[in-house]
Amino acid sequence: MTTAEAYSAFSVPGIRCASCIAKIERELTPLPGVRSARVNVTSKRVLVNHDGSIDAGALREALARIGFDAEPIGAAAPAQLGETRGLVRALAVAGFAAMNVMLLSVSVWSGAEGETRELFHWLSALIAMPAIAYAGQPFFRSAWAALKRGRTNMDVPISIGVVLATALSLFETATGGAHAYFDSAIMLLFFLLCGRFLDSVMRDRARTGVETLLRQTAPGGTVILPDGGTAWLKADAIEPGMRLIVAAGERLAGDGVVESGSSSLDLSLITGESRPEPVAPGARAVAGTLNLDAPITVRVTAAGELTTIAEIARMMDAAGQSRSRYVRIADRAARFYAPAVHALAALSFLGWMLAGAGWHDALLIAVAVLIITCPCALGLAVPAAQVVAAGALMRRGILVKDGSAIERLAEANTARFDKTGTLTLGRPAAQRPLALDSAEAPVALALARASRHPLARALAQALEADGVRAADVLELHELPGRGIEAVLGDGRRVRLGAPDWVGVAAPEASLATAFRLGDAPPRLLRFADALRPGAAQALAELRGIGIDSAILSGDRAEAVNSVARELGIPAAAQLTPDAKLERIEALRSEGQHVLMVGDGLNDGPALAAGHVSMAPASASDVGQTAADLVFLGDGLEPVPVAVRAARRTLRVVRQNFALAIAYNVFAVPLAIAGQVTPLIAALAMSGSSLIVVANSLRLRGSAR
Amino acid sequence: MNGLAFLIPAALLLGLGGLVAFLWSLNSGQYDDLDGAGMRILIDEDEGEEPPR
Repeated sequence: MTTAEAYSAFSVPGIRCASCIAKIERELTPLPGVRSARVNVTSKRVLVNHDGSIDAGALREALARIGFDAEPIGAAAPAQLGETRGLVRALAVAGFAAMNVMLLSVSVWSGAEGETRELFHWLSALIAMPAIAYAGQPFFRSAWAALKRGRTNMDVPISIGVVLATALSLFETATGGAHAYFDSAIMLLFFLLCGRFLDSVMRDRARTGVETLLRQTAPGGTVILPDGGTAWLKADAIEPGMRLIVAAGERLAGDGVVESGSSSLDLSLITGESRPEPVAPGARAVAGTLNLDAPITVRVTAAGELTTIAEIARMMDAAGQSRSRYVRIADRAARFYAPAVHALAALSFLGWMLAGAGWHDALLIAVAVLIITCPCALGLAVPAAQVVAAGALMRRGILVKDGSAIERLAEANTARFDKTGTLTLGRPAAQRPLALDSAEAPVALALARASRHPLARALAQALEADGVRAADVLELHELPGRGIEAVLGDGRRVRLGAPDWVGVAAPEASLATAFRLGDAPPRLLRFADALRPGAAQALAELRGIGIDSAILSGDRAEAVNSVARELGIPAAAQLTPDAKLERIEALRSEGQHVLMVGDGLNDGPALAAGHVSMAPASASDVGQTAADLVFLGDGLEPVPVAVRAARRTLRVVRQNFALAIAYNVFAVPLAIAGQVTPLIAALAMSGSSLIVVANSLRLRGSAR
Repeated sequence: MNGLAFLIPAALLLGLGGLVAFLWSLNSGQYDDLDGAGMRILIDEDEGEEPPR
């Protein structure tokens, strides 16, 4: 037994309650090799500290035995979380300094004179200067980076204002002047840090939420070595010409040609087609597809960067470029605002100099204008509204991956849906009533439970939902590509599997399996990919708020048309990923803002090209990565709910801007006129920020 | 004036104490799992039985 210490992290979406924590930690800790296990409910993760005698795969199996689906994720903590933590530290320091400096300032305003005033000013300087040097760093760095590239952003006037105010106050303090502005500078930093912090929390929360849902597809595969042995290689180590052994239930790690064995492949990741595709030697197989029935050997023709999946990923990258040109409201505002602030401050300085006020007074007034005009209210207007709205959406099971997604969603005026896995559940469900009598059902369940085939699983699920208990069967074995066979205690033979193998004709192009108990007539069991509950209602609601919908699917025309008829929306079938992308591009060139809703790898480019995109949590990880919003659960209602919430959020953001600007209209003339004392500046600053935050809190119930 | 010389450092030190305590709790990971912290109260440490849902 080795003593090497290792950490393995797992994403476990099923953690919800206290008993889950207790169960996981209690069951994992006694396992040999495990030192400790710690559950994090907020990020739905389990961190296991173990030694070399147990690996991630075994731990994952242990979690599955307890009843939790777990996916191994990299043990490294995301670096971005460090950014939020740094902001919290800066916020704490700024808050502490602001409180104490403010207390000293109040004493000065209430009439401290002479030596006492000077003492208080020096104390303020002592507290404020280190605090500003520490807490102001996020702004100073961003401003410096912008200036180096010859640009300006909102952090430039903030940094100039804070540095000038501090320097002037120090000068005032040293020369025994009546006013110091340490309080204004540190308060400004405090409120602006609040905005920065909210913005960062919003991004982190969304990121961990999505990471939790991400699933790994084919991290690698088993390769036959030249000497006849086998080895498990990571996906990036696999090269063309190698021979891959793909077990049933495993995903292909590279594109290739089947060399031996026959099985069926689940291509839904690539084509959206829900029916398994039978393959025999000579057939082409694509990386990422799931091998269903029997082990096959595949000669790899393309691996790593050259596979079909990687090609689609490149297409997504290119399609996503257009979206990154989208400018957020706050940035648009800042682009006009920042130069105006500088100009206004410079003009007031010049104006007062010409009026003969002397450089000292003129500079003071210019600093007051700078501080007053880059108010925290503007900095808070967008993040405060977005954090509250994202929290409301989160409680409703909708994860927002990035702040601008809410703004873009609010602008959507047309929607395109993928079929398989988006409008439908993406997994076959047994059509009711089941053609099984009460003697057959327990036997059928016993057989169905023994297979990993999707139809068998769906049947087992349906029977278990009916409360059927599995019967005892003997000699259970699975015949690849055909079905499962077993013998009952009384010698009768039972079969569950392909209809022609069991002995019954099934209509072409339908999902069906057959069951036969001894000499009884064979039963045909039909399956269909059921619509998501509430799909029709969700589409009607979207129509109600001015968004028309249509289907873009890669599936067969018959399958697509029946869904389109049922939902009453137009549809286009048999589209390749680039055909979907073309349709989206065409809509965009007409000036439409498309909301793309899809799940599969084949939707990836279209999701990236849409003005905004949503994916269900059951989506492939490509779909989830490409989408801006991810919704949990089986229903489709989250789509209209998210659109309505986004529109309300945009309204509140606009109100916030209006409030912040209205405040400026009052405060700026006072500042230019030289009438703003530190007291007025402090009151105006906190007052406007609080109003903006209060207005944003109205969004708490927006996702209902 | 004499009172101030004593009160102001006292007030500042108390505030600083609060700040240090906060930064310590932040660095020791006490804000990493806010949802889980509330749930862990419900776990019975010494019994093997599953607590009621």
